[in-house]
Amino acid sequence: MSRKIYVPADSSAVSVGADAVAQAIERALKQRAISAQLVRNGSRGLYWLEPMVEVETPRGRIAYGPVSPENVEELLDAGMLEGAAHRLCLGPAEDIPYLRNQERLTFSRVGLVDPLSLEDYVSHGGYRGLRRALEMSGAEIVEEVVASGLRGRGGAAFPTGIKWKTALETPADQKYVVCNADEGDSGTFADRMLMEGDPFVVIEGMTIAAVCVGATRGYIYIRSEYPHSYRTMVKAIASAYRNGYLGEDILGSGKTFHLEARLGAGAYICGEETALLESLEGKRGMVRFRPPVPAVKGLFGKPTVLNNVVTLASVPIILEKGGKFYHAYGTGRSRGTLTIQLAGNVKRPGLIEKAFGVTLREIIYEYGGGTASGRPVRAVQLGGPLGAYLPESMLDVPLDYEAVASVGGMIGHGGIVVFDDTVDMAQMARYAMEFCAAESCGKCTPCRIGSTRGVEVIDRIIAGIEREANVELLRDLCETLKYGSLCALGGLTPMPVLSALKHFPQDFGLLPQEAELR
Amino acid sequence: MSSGLWDKTAVAEIVAELKDREGALLPILHRIQDRFGYIPPDSIPIIASGLNLSRAEVHGVVSFYRDFRSEPPGVHVIRICRAESCQAMGAASLIDYVKQELKLEFGGTDREGFFTLEPVYCFGNCACSPAVMVDEQIYGRMTPERLESLLRKLRSA
Ligand SMILES: Cc1cc2nc3c(=O)[nH]c(=O)nc-3n(C[C@H](O)[C@H](O)[C@H](O)COP(=O)(O)O)c2cc1C
Ligand code: SF4
Repeated sequence: MSRKIYVPADSSAVSVGADAVAQAIERALKQRAISAQLVRNGSRGLYWLEPMVEVETPRGRIAYGPVSPENVEELLDAGMLEGAAHRLCLGPAEDIPYLRNQERLTFSRVGLVDPLSLEDYVSHGGYRGLRRALEMSGAEIVEEVVASGLRGRGGAAFPTGIKWKTALETPADQKYVVCNADEGDSGTFADRMLMEGDPFVVIEGMTIAAVCVGATRGYIYIRSEYPHSYRTMVKAIASAYRNGYLGEDILGSGKTFHLEARLGAGAYICGEETALLESLEGKRGMVRFRPPVPAVKGLFGKPTVLNNVVTLASVPIILEKGGKFYHAYGTGRSRGTLTIQLAGNVKRPGLIEKAFGVTLREIIYEYGGGTASGRPVRAVQLGGPLGAYLPESMLDVPLDYEAVASVGGMIGHGGIVVFDDTVDMAQMARYAMEFCAAESCGKCTPCRIGSTRGVEVIDRIIAGIEREANVELLRDLCETLKYGSLCALGGLTPMPVLSALKHFPQDFGLLPQEAELR
Repeated sequence: MSSGLWDKTAVAEIVAELKDREGALLPILHRIQDRFGYIPPDSIPIIASGLNLSRAEVHGVVSFYRDFRSEPPGVHVIRICRAESCQAMGAASLIDYVKQELKLEFGGTDREGFFTLEPVYCFGNCACSPAVMVDEQIYGRMTPERLESLLRKLRSA
């Protein structure tokens, strides 16, 4: 058995030098005539430690990080290949508390395996879910997914089993499965990590959906900001075809599923499911009126199962271990695990997969270690650019869809962005309006025009021009956006704006009581 | 990448190769832009006739998506993330630095045709904020100092 060294090819790890580290290791091994296999794995999601190198030893995989190319020679001298001590040595990767204390179901293989090795995938439990699904009827698969309590992880948290049931029960000559890999929410990267770290689990999830509803074609729509993910998915799809996991007669079942990866083109709105479908059809990403829902009339007017990457990647383990197994995690109506993405001004940013119910405070302090700057946490944005800003005093809220909604927030895709006390919340509110203006599809007037007005009004508030009147105007504008928008871009932009105003009135030049005035 | 030159035959070939795919327009536009760095306005009639669309429809799609350029970009394209996580980690100082140093606004190309500056709303690199992409290479934990040396290297290359 040749020795194995792991250096992530995850694009975030690459952004901080993982490719250079891999090259330095290869060069050094050659010079020292040491034979070892360099595996480019996904990231474990402990990003403050990236580039994190792991070596396989009898004591398990020993991690070192953050490693720079300049460290490589000294690490090898110190005996890194045997897992020897060094100031960068982190011990066995899986004993690092940040990782050990997680409940990794959907992410069980990410960072562990060679993302493009089907052999690795299968030897780590891959394709057991599909094999089981192939022996079940569509209705039985739906039942299993319903029993798991899985809700869509793309943002709207709609029960996945119900969506599949609708598509299953809508008769058609052609059905589709579409994976939403547009991951537009800032502060989120779970979809990216899955595509780069365990692409086959996404393919398997889509294939199970296809088998369930009787779809024979599928697309994964990947944002163009993710060129690494796209390349990895294209390669993984080709490999799945070559090995009988895609195409005709999948695993000898007689079932067909053709899958293709497509690139978006830099439009946030194309993450909205109906705009995404328009875009896949080759059109402008304009939001469609609903009903009909995509499960009834989706891509090219055909019944379409459309789910987020994390949703689909959670399906194989549900089919493998049963809906009950998955349902045992979580709390209330939020079952299973949430793939939390911790970012912004935080000491230990990363991917934290935990059963629902963990509090924001635990995530930000126990996992995150507080701010990177060492200053106090002032605000946290939860759920992407359309999510609310919460003050430090509200961090005890458990991450549970209903609990978060009850304090005026939303979990969305699970992104958490932390800000320290240097943040100017009036500027963040202004940015939210600017973002809405930049990304509007243009169909609704409040969203298209009102957002630009919003920027101007906030500018006037900041400048102290007729402050009270302009705050009133801002509230009116938000009201119009909320009720006059076809989709959540316009409809939810008031969330970050009004939560900033409510919790941080001083940043708008207001006294606390003035912000409460109606 | 782009020299501003493009050729009709290549566009026609791309269209012919991809036109029978479902929803072929975006893949075609991506391929053209990969090849030439932008979507030459004169290529629109070729695309339109290949797909049986009107020119206005094709133009509407090109102009809808931020990725598709109608003019050739500079030799190097600098894309800076403007989203929240990068803001929380000091993206504003990167943006200020580049705008000043290159005398550019977002969407602009310098007079020498060397640098183009574009905004991006998230690379999914939020755990290594702030992020900048130069051509195909992504950089995390960026600082104005590192960006300065990067630009210097590109200039002298
Ligand atoms: C403006 C807007 C942007 C969205 N962006 C995304 C996205 O990037 N990725 C995603 O999965 N869902 C996104 N959604 C949610 C989708 O419309 C849809 O609910 C989801 O993809 C369904 O999959 P799920 O049930 O698995 O979550 C967005 C919604 C809106 C209104
Ligand atoms: S709210 Fe905005 S993005 Fe959504 S449909 Fe209306 S105009 Fe388009």
